Amino acid sequence: MPYPVEQNEKFSAYASPERLVSTEWLAAALESGAVADGKLVVVESDEDVLLYETGHIPGAVKIDWHTDLNDEVTRDYVDGAGFAALAQAKGISRDSTVVIYGDKSNWWAAYALWVFTLFGHEDVRLLDGGRDKWIAEGRELTTDVPTPAAGEYPVIDRNDAPIRAFKEDVLAHFGNPLIDVRSPEEYTGQRTHMPAYPEEGALRGGHIPTAASIPWARAAAEDGTYKTRQDLEALYFGEADLKPGDDVIAYCRIGERSSHTWFALKYLLGFENVRNYDGSWTEWGNAVRVPIVKGAERGSVPAK
Amino acid sequence: MSTNTLPAALAEIVDDFQALSEPERLQLLLEFSRGLPELPERLLNHPELLEQVVECQSPLFLTIETERKDDGETTGYRLFFKAPAEAPTTRGFAGVLHEGLDGLTASEILAVPDDMPELLGLTRAITPLRMRGMTAMLGRIKRKVAAADRLRN
Repeated sequence: MPYPVEQNEKFSAYASPERLVSTEWLAAALESGAVADGKLVVVESDEDVLLYETGHIPGAVKIDWHTDLNDEVTRDYVDGAGFAALAQAKGISRDSTVVIYGDKSNWWAAYALWVFTLFGHEDVRLLDGGRDKWIAEGRELTTDVPTPAAGEYPVIDRNDAPIRAFKEDVLAHFGNPLIDVRSPEEYTGQRTHMPAYPEEGALRGGHIPTAASIPWARAAAEDGTYKTRQDLEALYFGEADLKPGDDVIAYCRIGERSSHTWFALKYLLGFENVRNYDGSWTEWGNAVRVPIVKGAERGSVPAK
Repeated sequence: MSTNTLPAALAEIVDDFQALSEPERLQLLLEFSRGLPELPERLLNHPELLEQVVECQSPLFLTIETERKDDGETTGYRLFFKAPAEAPTTRGFAGVLHEGLDGLTASEILAVPDDMPELLGLTRAITPLRMRGMTAMLGRIKRKVAAADRLRN
């Protein structure tokens, strides 16, 4: 049974308000015993593999993007059996309401949510503002690691096509909008990695031809929550020139920051066809015979 | 790779890590992150005396100081690190280097293999990006120690 959806003014303006919960809502749900009795599963997903262990929301389980969601040998996500085993171990059933939160304005939380969506998990929501907001508000943390009763999760085949783009899909997508969510320095090709992050080994710097540059963090407010619908529209319809109904692909360096933007486009602005290109710049910047554009201009559709 | 060019304290830490299962190794790294000493007062209020290791995914600052050893002859190097509590992995590795290398001589520190972080058995659990940050932290210490050592001789 899905847990009731949060109603508030900010969320109700979004296309799919049921995809977000506020810290107040989560605190009240915890208070009412929703996690304890298994109606709600709270998942923390961070960039730092040890952050959960330093303290987390009471009752929250940890899912690590690197060790839990990636397949070790195929450079892909886990398969249906792997995901079912993971979900069961975390006390998640197919009909569970799952709320995900994490560090850095929910980068990795949005990424985890996107992977849950590849498996068609129906009720998965993001905690608006994530870990930092919860802590900034002085809410309770614990280092107690819960041992949930095993969930019941069937083996579901991953359905990549609706929300995941591969390199070939991007090549076939030219003429439709692309959003590059990396930093301006990565977009222009001045650097191939995030400021203050190490060189990732991409051979060339620049962006995919025609991509608009909208760094992911511009969709977030100061406190790490998503901006209001009005502000998001100004950003994506105004600056990025998207039109309602567009078929959009977002990308970054490895697909994690673009999951945050994917969430905004899909659930907050209501684009039906928006995909995350998780190969992103680490693949595109190294691939043989794919076109790139250097500099601040978007560039034009490459000749076939 | 052998551990025989590692100083005793660091070799012991490496042995401890290698004796554990992967989840236990992460737990041990967490303990090192908790054990990383606070900066002394004289550095706490002087962030400009610390250098940032930009290769680390989280802000990590470090510096070294020299001290005369008890024998009055040799010089030891003290290591100082600053990393935020919300970066436990980075802090943990700083803690390993602190416990393993603090107070040692230039020749002892410079003998540590550059890929020593890989000996901890964390390369599966921790992303390559973060492992590179760890290697960079060690590299920065070695470069600073080598430069200070050249000035002395």
